[in-house]
Amino acid sequence: MNTLFLEIAVVAIGIILLLVEAFSDRSDKSYLAYLGAAGLVGVLILSFFPSHGPLPGSSTEAFITSDFLSVFFVRFILVATIVTLLMIPGFRPVLERYLPAERAGGGVGEFAILPLFVCAGLMWMVTAIDFIMIFVSLELATITLYVLVTYLRQNNASLEAGTKFLILGALSTGFIVYGISWIFGVTGTTNILALPGAIATLPETSLAPLLFGIAMILVALSFKTGAFPFQFWVPDVYQGAPTPVTAYLSVASKAAGFVVLIRLLVALETIPVIAHKLHAVITLLAGLTLIFGNCSAIPQTNMKRLLGYSSVAHAGYLLMGVASLGSMLAIPAIGFYFAAYLAMTMLSFVVLLVVAEATGGDEISRFNGLSQRSPLLAGAMLLAMASLAGIPFTAGFIGKLLIFEVAIKQGHFGLVVIGIVTVAAGFYYYFKVIRAMYWQQPAEETVIPVTFTVKMIIAVLGAAILALGIYPAPILATLR
Amino acid sequence: MSLLLILLIVLPLLASLGIMVGANPRRTALGAAIVNLVFAVILFTRYDLHSGGWQYLSEWKILPRLGINLTLGADGLTLTMFLLATLVTLSALWIAPKIEKREGLYYVCLLFISAGVIGAFASLDVLFLYSFHELALIPTFLLIGIWGSGDRQAAAWKATIYLGAGSFVLLIGLLALYLSIPSGLRTLDIRQLDQMAATGAFHPASWIYLVLLVGFGSLVSLFPFHSWAPPAYACAPAPAAMLHAGVLKKFGLYGLIRIALPLFPDAMHQFNGLLILLLIGNILYIGYVTVAQKRLDWTVGYSSVMHMGYIFLGLASLNLLGINGASLLMFAHGLSVAAAFALCGEIRRRTGTLDYAELGGLAKVTPVLGLLFGFAAMASVGLPGFANFAGEILVFFGASAYGPEMIIPVIIGVWGVVISAIYMLRAYRNIFWGPIAERWASLSDIAPTARWSVILLLLPLMVAGFYPQIILRMVGTALPR
Repeated sequence: MNTLFLEIAVVAIGIILLLVEAFSDRSDKSYLAYLGAAGLVGVLILSFFPSHGPLPGSSTEAFITSDFLSVFFVRFILVATIVTLLMIPGFRPVLERYLPAERAGGGVGEFAILPLFVCAGLMWMVTAIDFIMIFVSLELATITLYVLVTYLRQNNASLEAGTKFLILGALSTGFIVYGISWIFGVTGTTNILALPGAIATLPETSLAPLLFGIAMILVALSFKTGAFPFQFWVPDVYQGAPTPVTAYLSVASKAAGFVVLIRLLVALETIPVIAHKLHAVITLLAGLTLIFGNCSAIPQTNMKRLLGYSSVAHAGYLLMGVASLGSMLAIPAIGFYFAAYLAMTMLSFVVLLVVAEATGGDEISRFNGLSQRSPLLAGAMLLAMASLAGIPFTAGFIGKLLIFEVAIKQGHFGLVVIGIVTVAAGFYYYFKVIRAMYWQQPAEETVIPVTFTVKMIIAVLGAAILALGIYPAPILATLR
Repeated sequence: MSLLLILLIVLPLLASLGIMVGANPRRTALGAAIVNLVFAVILFTRYDLHSGGWQYLSEWKILPRLGINLTLGADGLTLTMFLLATLVTLSALWIAPKIEKREGLYYVCLLFISAGVIGAFASLDVLFLYSFHELALIPTFLLIGIWGSGDRQAAAWKATIYLGAGSFVLLIGLLALYLSIPSGLRTLDIRQLDQMAATGAFHPASWIYLVLLVGFGSLVSLFPFHSWAPPAYACAPAPAAMLHAGVLKKFGLYGLIRIALPLFPDAMHQFNGLLILLLIGNILYIGYVTVAQKRLDWTVGYSSVMHMGYIFLGLASLNLLGINGASLLMFAHGLSVAAAFALCGEIRRRTGTLDYAELGGLAKVTPVLGLLFGFAAMASVGLPGFANFAGEILVFFGASAYGPEMIIPVIIGVWGVVISAIYMLRAYRNIFWGPIAERWASLSDIAPTARWSVILLLLPLMVAGFYPQIILRMVGTALPR
């Protein structure tokens, strides 16, 4: 299966569903989310057929690749989108509350369809090896996300989040274009794989403008990945955006940013002068991201903000892996960490969605006594928090183990020390949620109802967390 | 494959699964604990002492590329720890009071601690040794936070963060150890690591030993990494304190005997002075802190920290005698401290307080409780006839054999026995003797179930006290000749 085909299929599903939505008379549009998810499952299955990649010598060869990194992350983004789509039916009451009711169920349909276009954009982004291609796919994803973040247009928090996201997103777009033009100006190429060859022929003096261009791109990517120095939008936007969109932002969008970062750094690894400088920068950024994310998460009282800062913290651990790219095992470690991150983050957002809807808010105190109101939800959240904190027999533990292993191997002892301290901090803020669920008394005793779809998502993601934590070999085998 | 040994880990987990889907919590948990104790006794008696070494082996490949396998097995030391773990588990579950709310969660937490610690002892792979131990982290947090007494929330936080961070230090140490093995030979299998160290195939740097000492040490409450333990034990519900102080804490010592002793012979010599300094902190400093306590739960909590000093003294003697003594003492201390915490819980349940100033003369109304407490206190002091005495004597002999530089630590250790006698006898006198206050006159004596669950702990202690060889010949199989 040609890799380009999968993205085209996703876009086609999106367009067909838009047409279905326009001509459908049913008032409950949430079935579109199920249709979209089913379509993506089909695409996911197609992605397992032998991939031939772009034909050698064809025009697409210059833009996309089908190495193991793109194959893995294409599937990763598909899975993340499927889970997000399945969360949307449970989110319908919130959508209807905050959307102008010109017609019943209006707006729910588009909300379930737009993620498909983000998905296509991110899939292109993780397969792209050319800056132009990266930029175009990034814009496809980001512009659609602007719409999704501001979707609750009668909710001030959503509007505020959307505005912040738009302004900072536009700024980072500016940075990336600016960076690309500097790199192109110096090397005469926009292809990442061709960069090392082009740089090798350059005179010594053109190194400074080249590094300037690379620095611009790093800054822009830190916006996508939610890492220092462009992390400050994360908690505000996460808090205000509709919960499924927050989950999607923190998983899929972050992953795509990391893939581009990895591609760029791997290509530049072959040039010692630049690689040396980049190592120092990435190590610094990893340390700062770890400290910022974990320390800021400690005092949080809002669950979405907590998960926002936690996503910054996890970007820090991932950057630890990126800083160790000199080791062969770094990319498998990062890929595995993302697989674990997907399962545990999505699981916590699914539980958050149900609890917030049942209790009317997303503060941590809304989780008080959850174990008495719904043992299933509390148990699922307990598992997610344990995994995020990195407790053995969960996916998060093996992820951290692999990352710390490559970091020690590459001699990043400073980062490892910061990592130990921040893991201890993580124990505190993740256990705060466990404390609320198990120690505190509930405000009311009524049982929180859980729909069949949510039960299925919890079962699958929970099983994934345990399976990855106990027997990680199969996932790691796909990352080589 | 040895099904019995696998079941030892799986059974508590299956029981907790059963409780989660609606089985009767107390009966299911007790059933699993009884069967587990029977299994542990069978494994213990069927161990082939003649051939020694690792037996009951089974193995699954987990991460072949990194040389990580889930390997389960047991030698004499492991089997002794199994016996300790299953005895304390049964006693703790049995003595657990009637839980009004969320009874299922209570027993699930206790069973998880039990399964985790048995799994840790059974693992021949260092990573799983570590991982199984961590299974106890969340259950401990929940048990102290929900069912604890006193300032339970602060205690639960402190213990959780301390243990979480401590075990992460340990993990870094283990990773560093792993990476110091020449690539191609990398493994986390204890047997292969021992062999490689014995043949000189690899020399881990001595700083790794220090990291491991800090990591394992904070789990065992080695001075000065001990401050989480007394409040956690004082505030935890009795069964949790029994399992934690009695069994879980032995994991750190077990890890040091299994990993540090064979792999870091040079580093242990090099840093022995440091270890001796720290263990004197445990015996002398914590000993005096214990004397100053005004409540029984804190006294027992601190005493359990103090007694770790003797076990470390056995390790620091670096000879067969001392380490045998330390292993025996691990077993003995686990049982005696569990009995002490069980009785603590019984007294608290009756009086609502453990403050020496408020209690007194209880032996008049609760004679059996008083008698059992007397036994537990004497065992803890190290009275001849209890296994604690045999262990301590061996530790002192072993330490004296180390060399003249050990004379002062041994004298301090013997002085520590005096200190323990002071605080334990004081506790006994203040609670059970003297004039009885009016309000305690109608207390009921200890119930038969609780009585037998304490006897379950004290009886093996006396058997091993009169005939220590039954344990010593088992733990001896684990030690290098």
